[in-house]
Amino acid sequence: MSPDHPLHLAVALEGAGWHPAAWREPEARPDELFRARYWADLVAEAEEGLLDFVTIEDSLGIQSTDFNDVDDRVDQVRGRLDAVLVAARVAPLTERIGIVPTVVATHTEPFHLSKAIATLDYAATGRAGLRVQISAKPYEFALFGRRSAQPIRVQDFETPDVQAQIADRFREAADYIEVVRRLWDSWEDDAEIRDAATGRFIDRDKLHHIDFEGEWFDVRGPSITPRPPQGQPIVAALGHATIPYRLIARAADIGFVTPHDRDQARAIVEEIRAEQESACRVGEKLHVFGDLVVFLDEEPRAAAERRARLDERAGEPFTSDAHLFTGTPSELADLLADWRHAGLTGYRLRPGTIPHDLEQITRRLVPELQARGLFRIAYQATTLRGHLGLPRPANRYAAAAADRDALSAV
Amino acid sequence: MTKPAKQIHLAAHFPGVNNTTVWSDPAAGSHIDFESFKHFAQTAERAKFDFVFLAEGLRLREQGGHIYDLDVVGRPDTFTVLAALAAVTERIGLTGTINSTFNEPYEVARQFASLDHLSDGRAAWNVVTSWDAFTGENFRRGGFLAEQDRYGRAETFLRTAWELFDSWDGHEILADKESGVFLTDPKAGSFEHRDRHFDIAGRFNVPTPPQGRPVIFQAGDSDAGREFAASAADAVFGRHSALERGRAFYSDVKGRLAKYGRAREDLLILPAATFVLGDTDAEARELAHDVRRAQVSGQSAIKLLEQLWNRDLSAYDPDGPLPDSDPDVSGDSISKGRAADRLHRDRIAVANEWREQARAENLSIRELMIDKAARQSFIGSPESVAAQIDELVQADAADGFILVPHITPGGLDGFADKVVPILQERGRFRADYQGTTLRHHLGLAAPRKHRYPDRSEVEVEVEPVAVAGAAS
Repeated sequence: MSPDHPLHLAVALEGAGWHPAAWREPEARPDELFRARYWADLVAEAEEGLLDFVTIEDSLGIQSTDFNDVDDRVDQVRGRLDAVLVAARVAPLTERIGIVPTVVATHTEPFHLSKAIATLDYAATGRAGLRVQISAKPYEFALFGRRSAQPIRVQDFETPDVQAQIADRFREAADYIEVVRRLWDSWEDDAEIRDAATGRFIDRDKLHHIDFEGEWFDVRGPSITPRPPQGQPIVAALGHATIPYRLIARAADIGFVTPHDRDQARAIVEEIRAEQESACRVGEKLHVFGDLVVFLDEEPRAAAERRARLDERAGEPFTSDAHLFTGTPSELADLLADWRHAGLTGYRLRPGTIPHDLEQITRRLVPELQARGLFRIAYQATTLRGHLGLPRPANRYAAAAADRDALSAV
Repeated sequence: MTKPAKQIHLAAHFPGVNNTTVWSDPAAGSHIDFESFKHFAQTAERAKFDFVFLAEGLRLREQGGHIYDLDVVGRPDTFTVLAALAAVTERIGLTGTINSTFNEPYEVARQFASLDHLSDGRAAWNVVTSWDAFTGENFRRGGFLAEQDRYGRAETFLRTAWELFDSWDGHEILADKESGVFLTDPKAGSFEHRDRHFDIAGRFNVPTPPQGRPVIFQAGDSDAGREFAASAADAVFGRHSALERGRAFYSDVKGRLAKYGRAREDLLILPAATFVLGDTDAEARELAHDVRRAQVSGQSAIKLLEQLWNRDLSAYDPDGPLPDSDPDVSGDSISKGRAADRLHRDRIAVANEWREQARAENLSIRELMIDKAARQSFIGSPESVAAQIDELVQADAADGFILVPHITPGGLDGFADKVVPILQERGRFRADYQGTTLRHHLGLAAPRKHRYPDRSEVEVEVEPVAVAGAAS
């Protein structure tokens, strides 16, 4: 496969950076992690770099190194703000960059979330998306107290019980996305008519019940919020295995995946494309982005030394689900150019430290990619769908109504 | 004997999805686009208002089995708009209605604590409840709550959220790069709450917000609602803006504070109020007449009457007399998703009252509905309106008002430009903000930790909220 399109680039914003000791770096602003101006500065920096979008990490529970329970550590960042609200807070301060907060499907209401992201799309005039995440952690279930989850031991991960538990959470997430998407379409674009002559504010034939019935919830609709500017804001999900790949292939616009080399990237992309085919979405554009944690310095070896220093401060080597890239922006550009031959359409870079690695991305990597003709030199579109080359989709209910009209005309 | 003059509090309610909002006016703009909210909030901030207020409704209203289409329909998500408004304003408070029934305390506490951080201490929560299965059809749990349980769950919900806000003490984040200590307390945010409604435990993941807790509003008018307000709220979003009823409500609610160990200034009474301004009182009266007729068209009048009669009245002439037949009390309410539906407890008695009034005053259906559904609080020149507001506040009918303009988004502009300067000249309204948080604007003390009143220690008679519905 020979890629003939420019790369898409996003950054994943997480606290002071993805390395657990990032908050101790000289430029880090750990005492501002709960201030709006911190997030506004990061997103402005990403926009300066012409990135497609930022994602904002989130979790309902407090950060922990233990999958199953809270820990007692005091040497790492603990606490975070709701990502949708952080996204809303920065949206009016930016003009072009996409804003994609993380949302947890497992414990929240799809009705609330659908209107929240629709509203974010209004506040950002067409630049909103969501990254859907599941929660399987028992201590997060306990924050809601409505259901419980069994602890998962690492050695049991591949057992049928655990896999079934995870499959349930992803099927619930798929239902959740289906409801969110139907609600976005539950108002046709021209439903608000303001017809003074008849006294009608809306044409109620253009509002639709979604009548979703599923294993975990039923939702009647329509939304209380009219169809958002993009029609359908972007839906993204991170996956490491077949179950989430299936969710990505069926329900998402972008999948974030974590190959550790080019061959793995190829295998993952092929698996997702096959799932996409079996989901009858062949003609639809589905982006697959490679996730990389990056430590970047222009000086050779400087990034490696910095990462070693961070590891030392953390007391253990940093590990991640994603490939750790440590090197110069130019070397990273080589890798990004190479892996796209495996079928990746873009990358979501996780800065090891913030602001340093974020600025290395926007101020060093981006010019490097631009010089190679691999990245935009100016924003070409005003919406996130536009940046990603995705058309504004037709409304499923309007299309259905049009079909009915056509049939009755026969 | 004169007591010192009270300072007036003013707030602005974004025009809602009801017939008060005149969408047919040529000046009326979008109810959804963020620019409308921005204009509205920036106008209120220019006028040094205490806060802007957003209402919430979680299902589109229906009447007679159809989505109600004569009023503004649709609104954005409350939290998301308020967080975005925090980016384009600096001082004004951001108050949102969030339903306790179709939410979970952990998530709502997290959202309000986040909003308070992101606005540097300007968040407020108007706690409302509902129980209807109609709205429940949009949510995981459906209509799970019995009507008589709604205040119980709302109180417990607020108490639980309160425990979450208080689960950090405000000093745990050290973030000392040198020593590597981010958190001084390994258990920061720990909580445990177990009762009939909520059985939750763990660690809350948002550190203490700037205001300690967001400001709490309560809006119910029932005895249980008033008691709830007196025990736990910082402000009441009231509905009595006229002198006598306002004074009665004010004195009743403030009178309930002492048994919770609270002072009269710990709870503000802020009724909603509409206004129509003119250059002269006479001009304002004329405008007010036009606004009322725009608010209640002939079609709207019939629909409003149907909400009481509970039957199809489309055959009636809005300019003719009220129906002789009685309301239908046998079936389910034809109107769904309106808080006001609950007000019609005894449909027959209210219908008799309305017919009596229409006969005595010789009113058509539309004229009567204008009287019932398009009451205007303040009408007059800027000087008169300023005087009316001041008089009501000084007479203890209110501590201030939440103004509800009828035009989106420019309906507040005239008030900001003309009435506010007069109140400022009179020395009754701030010329500029004195603090940065909403608590400061409202003159509320910083919250004391773990102050949530325990009703078991206080003898309070709470009448059951539920009087059997009109359908029974």
